[in-house]
Formats: sequence, structure tokens, C-alpha cells
Amino acid sequence: MARKLPSKNVVVIGLGWTGSILSYHLAKAGLDVVAIERGPWRDTATDFPPAYAQDELRYAIRLDLFLRPAQETLTFRNRADQTALPIRNFAGFLPGNGVGGAGIHWNGQTWRFLSTDFRLRSHLTERYGASMLPGDMTIQDWPVSYDELEPYYDRFEKLCGTSGKAGNLKGVKQDGGNPFEGWRSSEYPTPPLKQGLGATLFAEAARKLGHSPFPQPASNLSEAYTNPLGIRMGQCSYCGFCERFGCGNYSKASPQTCVLPALMRLPNFTAQTESEVLRINLDSTGKRATGVTYVDTSGEEWEQPADIVLLCAFALFNVQLMLISGIGKPYDPDSGQGVLGRNYAYQTTSSVSVILKDKVLNPFIATGAHGMMIDDYNGDNFDHSNLGFVGGGYMGAGQTNGRPIQTRPVPKGTPKWGAAWKKATAETYQHAYSLSTHGSSYSYRDCWLDLDPTYKDRLGRPLMRMTFDFHDNELKMSAYLTERLAEIAKAMNPTEMQAHPRKGPYDSTIYQTTHNTGGTVMGDDPQTSVLNRYCQSWDVHNLFIPGGASVFPQNHGYNPTNTVGALAFWTADAITQLYLKNPGPLV
Amino acid sequence: MMDSQTSLRLSRRLFLTSAAIFLTTSASVVHGRTIQQEMPWAPGAADPPAQVRPGPWAFFTSDEAATIEAIVDRLIPPDDHGPGGKDAGCAVFIDRQLAGPYGRSEGLYTRPPFMPGSSTQGYQNPASPAGRYRNGLKALADQVGQSRSGKAFHELTAAEQDKILSALEDGSVKLKDVDAKAFFAMVLQDTQQGFFADPIYGGNRDMAGWKLVGFPGARYDYRDWVERHNESYPLPPVSIMGRADWLSKG
Repeated sequence: MARKLPSKNVVVIGLGWTGSILSYHLAKAGLDVVAIERGPWRDTATDFPPAYAQDELRYAIRLDLFLRPAQETLTFRNRADQTALPIRNFAGFLPGNGVGGAGIHWNGQTWRFLSTDFRLRSHLTERYGASMLPGDMTIQDWPVSYDELEPYYDRFEKLCGTSGKAGNLKGVKQDGGNPFEGWRSSEYPTPPLKQGLGATLFAEAARKLGHSPFPQPASNLSEAYTNPLGIRMGQCSYCGFCERFGCGNYSKASPQTCVLPALMRLPNFTAQTESEVLRINLDSTGKRATGVTYVDTSGEEWEQPADIVLLCAFALFNVQLMLISGIGKPYDPDSGQGVLGRNYAYQTTSSVSVILKDKVLNPFIATGAHGMMIDDYNGDNFDHSNLGFVGGGYMGAGQTNGRPIQTRPVPKGTPKWGAAWKKATAETYQHAYSLSTHGSSYSYRDCWLDLDPTYKDRLGRPLMRMTFDFHDNELKMSAYLTERLAEIAKAMNPTEMQAHPRKGPYDSTIYQTTHNTGGTVMGDDPQTSVLNRYCQSWDVHNLFIPGGASVFPQNHGYNPTNTVGALAFWTADAITQLYLKNPGPLV
Repeated sequence: MMDSQTSLRLSRRLFLTSAAIFLTTSASVVHGRTIQQEMPWAPGAADPPAQVRPGPWAFFTSDEAATIEAIVDRLIPPDDHGPGGKDAGCAVFIDRQLAGPYGRSEGLYTRPPFMPGSSTQGYQNPASPAGRYRNGLKALADQVGQSRSGKAFHELTAAEQDKILSALEDGSVKLKDVDAKAFFAMVLQDTQQGFFADPIYGGNRDMAGWKLVGFPGARYDYRDWVERHNESYPLPPVSIMGRADWLSKG
């Protein structure tokens, strides 16, 4: 029997990006806020100080900062006719753990979605006709527009101090920026990062072929910066330890470097760590959340009553907690009815590797988000009329590291071990570079999340089950994008190049991205969404999922974090400006 | 006697790795951590990696160690490019890893049922890396003993050893009750990890792996070198432990 704690105005589940942003704004607005986080407290000096933050084995291979599958995992299968089996060791994607969440280990790539992405189905139907879309593709328009979200993108970028070059300032094109991006109300908070040789050669080749390369927007800062909360960040040192690592330099944006020092000062905020929320509790009508029940490290259960519940866990676990709490109708792929777990999507990535024998590339001088990119083949920036697919992605030269356990390219045909392997490894490392595409993943009727019938977590709750595979549309898109990237690679005059378009089936053992999206989609219609346009539950009005990637109706050709952050600010405003004045359904 | 710092570290590790071991308790406070109006930080609470020290094998028997040392020296042979896997400490690295959390599959999801699946679903077997090495090395020793008139793997010539390793790699030789291909893949992966991981873990001795490719290691600051295109970075590698020539000569 859970013991009851004193009631709070707001209980926040998970203290990552969205949890810390919402906690700060609601506590600032005078509400009494408690955030419950299942992992440990984390800070730079204790968990990833520069004395040993650059430890590839510990952080990138043994996954020190990530969720342990023993704590929580999920089951996976490609198709409904298979038996889903547990992911016993995370590999294909890596959920974070602890205060800061995925905001600690991300690369810092800080993209906005295109304005047409927000009305995807309408836009594609208007331009190409409904017959262009596969019958089982379940993409839908977002319930917010780019114009509405722009000020919130701006706020998240200013929170992070994002480094970059605008391509479109209030509708006026800017040289050197991304000519395809939506309008921006202001220039990036800090100038672009410096570029190494690989990215510079790519940009020259891309320009020669008529494309418009620009520096990738990065929340790994080009210079010291003080954000609007008064928190000071340092300059990036290009150490090449971003993805899978915490930043020891206070130069990669994270809840630790951008929010927590201000949040923790607020007397009406409490962080309750190493405590896992078991379920969201509802009153007898099922229309109102009464709080949450969590379990502490001794196994004892506590009920935390609250007026407002904010579900801010990692995307996949937002879905699991909603399913376990019985909020919303679970999706049934046979009938197409139900919403919870519907429209799970991912990302379709690919690469082209080049060897430039006469160049010294110093691949270890890197950040998670520097590099030069083109956006010519993203979203609907190019004519799809005769291509047989929809969607696209950005592409370019943004190799994130030269850490040699994982980044050790060799020419094609090299044996995997022995003297020939050793020689090739020694001769190639300094002269190889990897180019990549970052493609969209649209949603489909047969890709979804539900509860597993067999496997349980350590607390006896069913694991979540993922059913996902790449569809022809995405594989054709990846083939097309990879061909375009290979054309640019060829113009770099490589000694050797290899193109690796994405092939099916989706393989959960090969790392691609941790951009798991959908499952608690936001939308205009309760028949096809879990949340309304304010990230508020259609069923339980005092429950919000403020912008975790589980709210994306499909995934676009960009990294999700900037949109996640923008939606967090958007929801914070909706709660403080609308909901608190008149608690009830906002739509 | 455990100082408070060690105890903090242990409790932290325990929670991180085995999630939570539930104890029966009637305490009236929440067990977890309640943090209010502070950025909690304690001096010396950081959790640096423990340095692997030379010494007796922690996991391998002496026969197993002889085989592994022979294997890592064929996977990464000593030659003009630098030391081989044995001198670089790859066997020591694997030994210490198998004696630690990695060897025990600590933190992984190990609940039954175990069912065979498709390759896209990942490893589905209860055996931990430590168990897989123990069984794999035994099966290899038996196989070699039978086919090479009683000789042990490390007593064979380099060419003979390579032949066996190639046969394990492509699955053309069968080991009793062991998936030869998967066993080989695991040994190769662990050997290369040891060769390129920070020397603090016992492999990559004298930064042999990093010197082979030109990786400067744990330097952490390249601001002056980002735009020096096409120039080789001039400084030698450094480990989390520093460099041998930084230590006092006294």
C-alpha cells in the first residue's frame, strides 16, 4: 500500500530537457513543483569531469550514462507475425538515464523542422495528389504551425546558445545559412563552429555541384555564452567526445548546463531522484489525474498527489506509462482504431565513406554537431513528382569523432584481423571521412507500440513492445539521398568511396539514432491523436506530455531535440497563460 | 572499513547497475534522494575508473590465458607497425573485463524466457561473456587437442593458428556446444576494444593502439588545431592516467 505524501501543484515525471524546462517555468510562475526521476542526480564535476570524461570504453561501449536494460527495456520485432523478444542490451538506440536524460548524451545537432513538415499530409496531397501516398502510410498534419512554433524554437536555441548561421531572417535570405529553413526571428545566439578539412572539402564539392552548404546548427558552443536564465557556458574544445558522453567543458547544452543551476535555486522546486513512477493515478471518473505512485530505492511505494501531472520521460517510456496507467485507447493495427502507441516512427539514416589518401583529416578534432550540410533534399525541398517516394533528409559532412574503438575505417575488402587489417587500419585512419544522410521516417499502420504479453520489468510491469520495420518509401528515399550524397563525395576526388544506403529490415543491434518518435501523438482529432495542440491529454485534462518526441505524428528529416525543446516552451506557455486561468480541456 | 566516500560510490554504482535491490523496511522517509534548493555536490564524490594493475590473472586459468595470449597476437600480430595484441595487453584487458561487470552481463536484461529470434532482435541467450569464454576456450582446446595430436593452441605455429582462427571466423570448424562464429566475433571485438581503449583498462599498453593510428587520446582541447587543415597533429597521445614521461623520475 502506497503511503501518501503532501500534495503538490505539479508533479513532473522525468527530469530531462522537457521536465527541467517545464519545472523551471511552472515553479517560476509560483507553483509548487516536484520532479520524480528514476535515475540518479548527475553533474559535470561528479559524473563526467574532464579528468576522465574522454573514456570511450566506459561511456560509448559500456554505456555508463544510459538506462540499464535490467532497469527497463522493451521487446522488439520487425513484423506482427513474429514473437517480440527483449532488447537485452541496448544497441540500435540508447535511452538515457538520470537527471538530464538524453540531454546529457546527445550530439547537440539543433535543427528546426520545415514549415511544410508541420502540414505534411495536406501539403503532399495538395502538391502531388492523395495517390502519391502509400495506402498504409498514416502521416498527419501537426496541430501547430511553424509560424506558431517559431518563437519557441527561438527560445530553446537561446536557452542552449546554439551556434549557427541564419539562412532566412524574417523572410530575407541570408548568405551562408540554410536557404531552405523556415523564417527565423533572430540570428543564432552564437556564430558557427570552426570547420575541419573534411567538412570544408565537402562544402567546396557541394557548391561546385550547385548546392548550398551551410554550417550545421550546433548546441556545442563556438564561444562562451550566458543564457537567458543567467547561466554561463564555455567554449567548445572540439574534443570529439559528445555523443554517448557528458560534456566536461560546460560547452554542450544540456539541462545541467542550461537549466538546473537556475531551477535548483527555486524554493518551490524539489527533485526526487532514484525514484521510479509506477503509474499515473486517476480519480473515479477517469477524467482527472490525482497524481502518481512511485517506488523508492527501498522498494516502498509512495503516492504523490498533484493538481497537474506532466509526463516528461523519454519518448518510448511516455508511451509505456500511458499504457500501464490505462489512459487513452490503445492502438489496434488490425482495425486501425485507438491512438495510444500509434504512429511510432524513427529515422532513416545512411552514409557514404570516402578515403582521401593525400589529405590529413585529423578526424578526432570534432564535435557532435559541427560540419557542413545541405538541405536541398530534405522534406519537400525538391520535386518528388517522378521519384516514387516522399520525404527526405539533410546530408553532409559532420563526422562526430575519431574515437578508435568505434571509428576505424579501412578500405573495402580488408580482412577483419591480422597483419593486413593492422596495416590498413594504420594507413587509413587519418585519411578517411564519413558523410551521412539524416532522412525522414514516416508513420505506418503496422508500426506501433503496445504492451508485451510475456516479458516483465523488474517491478513486474509488462515491457513495452515495439513492432517496426522500414517501408519501401523510406528505403527508396534513402537510396535516392545516398546517390545524391555519393555524387558530391565523388566531386571530392576520393581515392576510394563506399555508399551505404539504408537497407531493411530494421536491425535493433546496429546503432542508427535514438530518435524514437510517436506513440502519444499530438493532433486536432481525438480519433487520431492522444494529445491536443497544447500537448494536453484529450482524456485527462490535467495531464500533459510537453513535447517529448512521443508527440511527433511522424518523424522528419532532422534531429528531434530542437522541436522537443520548442514544444516544451509552447506547453509551458499554454499551462501558465491558459490552463491555470481555466483548468479544463484547452481545445 | 568503508569510508563514506566509498560507500556513496558503491551505493551509486549499485543503483546504476543493478537498478535497485529491494530491502524490507519500515522507514518513514523516502529512500531515493530528495534535493531542494541546492546543486548537490560533494568533494571527491567523482567516480574515476580503477586502474588495472599487472598481476595474476583475475579470470583466466593459466591454460586459458596461454590460448588467449596466442589468439590476440594473431588477431593483432606484432610487426613493423608496432606491438601485437599480447604485448599491448589485450589478454590482460579481456581478463579484467571478464572478471568485472561486463563478464557477468551486469545491468543487462537477463529475465527468461530465452527464445531464438531473428538476427535483428539481438543476442538471446542466458550465457554471460564470462561463461561464453569459459565454454568457448574449453571447446577450442578440445577441438585442437583432437585434431592436432594433443597439442595446445599456443603450441601451434602462427600459420596453423591463423588457419584455425579463420575456420572459426567463417564457421567451417565446429566446436562442441559452442557457436564458433559468435565466439570468434566476441573475442575479436574484445581484443580490438582492448587495443584501442584507454590504457587504464590494461590493454593499449604504452598507447600502442593509439600510436598505430595517430589518435591523441584524452587531450580534450583542439581549439588551435581545428583550422590547421592538412597538418598532422604534433603532440603524442595521452591517457586518462597521463603519460609515462610525466611521472616523476625520482
